[in-house]
Amino acid sequence: MLAYVKQKIKKSDKIGYLMSLPYLVSFALFVAFPLGFSFILIFHKWNVITPMRWVGLKNFYRLFHDVEFFRAIYNTVVFLIIHIPLQIVFALVIAVLLNQKIKLRGFFRAVFFMPVIVSGVVITILWQQLYAYETGVLNLILTQLGLPKIPWINDPSWAMPSIAIMATWKNVGLYIVLFLVGLQNIPKYLYESAELDGATAWQKFWYITVPSLNSTMVLVVILSTIGGFSLFIEPFVMTGGGPMNSTLSAMLYIYNQAFYFGHMGYAATLGFFFAFIIFIVVLIQKRVVERK
Amino acid sequence: MKRFYLYLVLTVAGITFIYPFLWMIAASLKPEIEIGSLGLWSKNFSLESYRLVVQKIPIWRALFNSLFVSSCVTVSVIFFGSIVGYALSRLNFWGRNLILGVILFTMVIPFQITLIPMYILMVKFSWVDTYLSLIVPGMITAFSILLFRQFFLDIPQDLIDAARIDGCNDLTILFRIIWPISKPVIITVGIITFMTSWNDVLWPLIVIRNEKLMTMPQLVTIFAVGGQAEAQLGAMLAAATLLAIPIILVYAFFQRYFIESMATSGLKG
Repeated sequence: MLAYVKQKIKKSDKIGYLMSLPYLVSFALFVAFPLGFSFILIFHKWNVITPMRWVGLKNFYRLFHDVEFFRAIYNTVVFLIIHIPLQIVFALVIAVLLNQKIKLRGFFRAVFFMPVIVSGVVITILWQQLYAYETGVLNLILTQLGLPKIPWINDPSWAMPSIAIMATWKNVGLYIVLFLVGLQNIPKYLYESAELDGATAWQKFWYITVPSLNSTMVLVVILSTIGGFSLFIEPFVMTGGGPMNSTLSAMLYIYNQAFYFGHMGYAATLGFFFAFIIFIVVLIQKRVVERK
Repeated sequence: MKRFYLYLVLTVAGITFIYPFLWMIAASLKPEIEIGSLGLWSKNFSLESYRLVVQKIPIWRALFNSLFVSSCVTVSVIFFGSIVGYALSRLNFWGRNLILGVILFTMVIPFQITLIPMYILMVKFSWVDTYLSLIVPGMITAFSILLFRQFFLDIPQDLIDAARIDGCNDLTILFRIIWPISKPVIITVGIITFMTSWNDVLWPLIVIRNEKLMTMPQLVTIFAVGGQAEAQLGAMLAAATLLAIPIILVYAFFQRYFIESMATSGLKG
């Protein structure tokens, strides 16, 4: 075996190894080491300053009894249940409209895409003002329409949905563009033959357009899920995780445990479990959406 | 009639996306008591909120930090990403597919798992509160290598052979022959990398505590959250506007490239 490898290496282009070196170094330092070290950390209690202390499975025990950990998962689920359908419906509708023969398509596309490129910090500070209870623009509009004000970010049952709406506004442009790419790849003859068979516009949409966009849907669902578990700056700036932990996100909780309380071992355990959950959820989603 | 509704829906949707930004800029110029209004115009426009921001936080220094960090990261990612991408697409060596497999594997690792160990690594390197912690971990990315590799695979071998006969080595081939014909992929990698680095807040919040070294989004975040803004909405919105302007300006000129780059990266990643 070793001789075989030696033989192979001898015949190899040595420059190839040299040129791959930057990646290998970066991989060893910033991927392999952190991964390995996280396996050590999850069995320890450590605040970086004093020496590490072995605690065995105590971090796991704590995690399974940690109300806030489950709260963070629950909040993420609330976020995703609102965010994903909103995102898909809006992106799909706008993409289908933009796919018609219209003037200014590029302009509209650029407008919808703008929040995607702007920092989440800007978007959050801006929406914090739009959501303000007394003076916020959204409640001003509601009042002028004769509707009651909504406690967007002041009420525990509204806060996470409000963040989900804001996140949809920020990201939907990217998905509009992805759906547009998908729409342009659907062969025209599918629609033409459906028209010959007398299909209505709705039938064409439901039986041709939607199934053809399946791979884009998978992508939207997966990217949104990862986004949901990575949600940090929005609750950090807007609500600090409140009111009553209703916007405590997975990432915010890890951050607080590590950098507010100095529980590095426990924070690593949380990171480990959230990563595991993301992995499982994404795998399941892939299966389910692809089958449809 | 149908077309009318089409444009109506698109215009209403468009306004929902543009108006908040216009409102933000207008509000940052209004005196504090006028901020809670729907309209964009005020007779009392002034730069008072901006004066407050500049006076309270080192925002220009933060702008420089962000520009410096994001530029270093972007140049480095293009440089190293293309080198490794070249090796993995045009050179034959044992273990090449293994490296490729490793790269694909690293792309599916959620960052939640490596974040804390990465911070500890920075502490051990004594890189906390230095530019190094912001730049070095981002100097090469799996995603850039894959994009470069994909693009380089389609370059005809004749071109490379011809250059080799002329006595070029692999680095000269890459920089003299391949780079000039790879502008689309360089632009894509450049835009994505610069934007990701520019907008990143979580990592700077973790490794930078010294106000002088903070990146712009980080400084604005701390200004908004940490109470320095003293609940002055105008100042917060002015800081947010200052943070948004550079990237919006670049976007205004290169929006087509931005959208196309993000679409490719979304589809491939």
